[in-house]
Amino acid sequence: MSLITTLARLEAVSTGVAQPAATVRHRHLSGQPLVFVPLTTSGEAGAPLGALVGTDRDAPRLLVVPQPRDRDLRFAFLAELADVVLPYLDSYAGSVEAAERTETDPETGKRVKVEVELCADAPQLIVPGRAGIEYVRLLGRSMRFRRTAEQDPEAPYPAPPRVPLLGRWLTHFGERARVPGSSLLLAMTDLLSRHWATGQSGIEDQHLGALLAWIDPPRGSTGAAAARTAELARDTDGQLVCPPAGPATDPAFDNKLLAPAFERYDRARTALAGAEDGLQADTRLGILTAAEREIRDLVASRTRPTWDAVWRGLDLLHRLPEGARVEERWTRDRWSFTGHRDRVLAGEPPQPRRDDAVTAANKLATREREQARLDAQEALDDPLVMAGRRLSGEAFAGEVLDVVMAYGEGKRPSPRPLVTVRTEDRPQLAEGAKTYRSLGGKPQSMEFVGQEAAGVVVLRVLDKMGRGKEPEPGSVPEKGDRFTLTLFEHEQRGGAKLPDPEATPWTHGGPPGEGVPEPADAMTQEDVL
Amino acid sequence: MTTTTAFDPGAEAARATSAILHDTLHGTDRGVVVDSPPGAGKSTLVVRAALELADAGRPLMVVAQTNAQVDDLVLRLAEKNPELPVGRLHSSDSDPYDKALDDLPNVRKSAKAADLRGTPVVLSTAAKWAHVTVDEPWRHAIVDEAYQMRSDSLLAVAGLFERALFVGDPGQLDPFAIVGSEQWAGLSYDPSGSAVSTLLAHNPGLPQHRLPVSWRLPASAAPLVSGAFYPYTPFRSGTGHGDRRLSFAVPADGSGPDRVIDEAAESGWGLLELPARHTPRTDPEAVRAVATVVRRLLDRGGAAVSERSPDPTPLTADRVAVGTAHRDQAAAVRAALAELGVSGVTVDTANRLQGREYDVTVVLHPLSGRPDATAFHLETGRLCVLASRHRHACVVVCRAGVTDLLDAYPSTEPVQLGTLVKFPDGWEANHTVLAHLAEHRVPWRP
Repeated sequence: MSLITTLARLEAVSTGVAQPAATVRHRHLSGQPLVFVPLTTSGEAGAPLGALVGTDRDAPRLLVVPQPRDRDLRFAFLAELADVVLPYLDSYAGSVEAAERTETDPETGKRVKVEVELCADAPQLIVPGRAGIEYVRLLGRSMRFRRTAEQDPEAPYPAPPRVPLLGRWLTHFGERARVPGSSLLLAMTDLLSRHWATGQSGIEDQHLGALLAWIDPPRGSTGAAAARTAELARDTDGQLVCPPAGPATDPAFDNKLLAPAFERYDRARTALAGAEDGLQADTRLGILTAAEREIRDLVASRTRPTWDAVWRGLDLLHRLPEGARVEERWTRDRWSFTGHRDRVLAGEPPQPRRDDAVTAANKLATREREQARLDAQEALDDPLVMAGRRLSGEAFAGEVLDVVMAYGEGKRPSPRPLVTVRTEDRPQLAEGAKTYRSLGGKPQSMEFVGQEAAGVVVLRVLDKMGRGKEPEPGSVPEKGDRFTLTLFEHEQRGGAKLPDPEATPWTHGGPPGEGVPEPADAMTQEDVL
Repeated sequence: MTTTTAFDPGAEAARATSAILHDTLHGTDRGVVVDSPPGAGKSTLVVRAALELADAGRPLMVVAQTNAQVDDLVLRLAEKNPELPVGRLHSSDSDPYDKALDDLPNVRKSAKAADLRGTPVVLSTAAKWAHVTVDEPWRHAIVDEAYQMRSDSLLAVAGLFERALFVGDPGQLDPFAIVGSEQWAGLSYDPSGSAVSTLLAHNPGLPQHRLPVSWRLPASAAPLVSGAFYPYTPFRSGTGHGDRRLSFAVPADGSGPDRVIDEAAESGWGLLELPARHTPRTDPEAVRAVATVVRRLLDRGGAAVSERSPDPTPLTADRVAVGTAHRDQAAAVRAALAELGVSGVTVDTANRLQGREYDVTVVLHPLSGRPDATAFHLETGRLCVLASRHRHACVVVCRAGVTDLLDAYPSTEPVQLGTLVKFPDGWEANHTVLAHLAEHRVPWRP
């Protein structure tokens, strides 16, 4: 935890309210996000209990699995989920703009510009917490290798059409969420704790109710007290007033309410199956429907508070203006969405279970580059984030005291003016260290020459002064100018190109071989309870 | 003066080296792996192998991890064989290589690999090599500091060579990634793992050698470093107990720093223990204590006698280094040294001190003053680097109570399936080192 975060948390404790950790919003928020609040069955990995999903805060779609151990009902849930999610994704896939991309020409091996489609906007999934992102991944993994009856008539439990496709999309969203600064799939708790510092620990911040209580406490209460209520308060039945944001449910809810409701449902189902005539069946169907309704109401009662909390969080975030470089990062998300759309359209197989060596290395390189980019861009977009970097000696703000014209050595002397800057910050400058300031949105580098006195440093301007002997007007700082210099680079260089997977070298096990279609998980006894 | 044991360090080292060179020059395997403890003559081996491969007429590329390492190898090659044409492939940044290379007539420097093709030996960093493409791979490569190279950067360069000699120190810091990589933990080619672990996972039959003698570490340090950090692959020091001496012209003034300097000069180790306290990372008292020790080291007119020369060598600022765990700690120590008027002493983090050698080191213990023991601070490699940079003596500055911290703080890292468990773990190595340091403890209240 950085020093400034620690200070902000201490301030939150002493004032009783969360303190801003950012002055702008550092993530893109879609005008029409798809909010997804899933619940899972305890004790059953990957058995959904239900979900609230939709883009309209007043009209969420409630999906419920009245008996999560029943495969058919589970598939029905997933099919319904696909009916909500896939049309939403499709609505973004169709609207495109022309864009350029550099590709390697397979014949000449040269880098050439090709015109490609880029989706004009991309969908955005919001889940309540980090566990929700994991759940999206789990659902994706459990679905993408399934076979529909059309693909494989022999499959014992054929998946409804479109379920494998939903699995591929959820997998893509789950993978993209691992890229720092991406906004295709976001967790509300991550979003809020990026922008506010509460007086509790990072782990406690993952409780959406408590986090919101710190940020926006009810009138007459402190954040700390409201957070405590959110975490602990129970009604007369012993149920949590603010149910956990899921996907896991509260054990008291499971034991006292859910388990008996499942039991009633099971009994009603057995009874219906044993009905002897139409009249009896009618009555028993009525009982079964009532039992199912009861479970639906239970699931709705546990997801609706979270659903409302997510939208409340979105309201709070929308009050912050978007950071200047957020749009650029969102464009990368649009590329990512377009890329996966194209892979699906091209009929490529689902994402493999494990990355091959080259894919894994490429992903790691991308994520490291995006992390560095995000760190730099957030600081440049937001003086409060920059203040944190200044406090840790990675940046400093100062005023120009003096500028002396000087020239570099070499055949054609180029301008290398020396700038004396006074700062009250304590940057960790070593001899020859490069520093950067933002000049019209582009980084200008200056080299640290030496320290003249305490808080007075001399820098040599190295670039962005044009090609001539005289620097271009406005490109050299002037006496009295104030600006912030960073010790970190503002822009990230692209990494080296890795070999194609087919050319994986001997050190890494050689080429991974022809990809065989991955079989779905084998049936186990647990699957057919 | 040598000890009368049957162990002859020179002969042992020569035997290991000739086996390595034999496998490299005449073996049939595509790779040879050499584990080298601190100061065991790794660079000497690399230079020697490079010269022999060049003599055998095999085009050779050398991959090192940093520009400083590459420049150092170029200088050593030129020193051993000034006639050999050497190519230094460098980046297109400003000031891409050591200016000293400009004085060497047979060293060609270029930012383009094509310009250097045909030179018997071409050296560069892994990052630069990754941008090179070739039609025909090099016959041979030497990968230096292979344990500090990440698997993904080996992936980027492995297509450039047919066979390779991988040399490195398994006890130093593992490579790291700035983002989470749990997703790939347990895969043989985990991109955030070390190049050697990927290489050996896919090619388990490759010959593996070990350099058995540390020429850097004194007889006082080798048993501790070997026992704490290389429990299954022990090594010896190349010198005996009387071969190296550190003495001071100015007698001690009785202060803590002076007493710990005397203790370290006498025994090779010194622990300056400050009162127990939880502190910020840049603990002002500990930082000042480190700076004071350095100041006194230089003020007291130190002289080092070693096997290298019969006459005492003065202990100057460039022969002293300060090691810390974090960069802000290093910055704080630099500032404190500047206040005391000391210049020319290297102050850096463990990461940047890897591969470097000094007469005396002053170490700010990674766990000093901490309320917790995170995986970062417990990492065996970090302590190993800090405790193995010296030829004569090492002074550790630390708050009391680290042993209690180690005992009280549970390991919270998740267990990853399929990953190789590294021995020893940081907890045990830290205890071993602290137990040894306790015998050379000088308590001091500043």
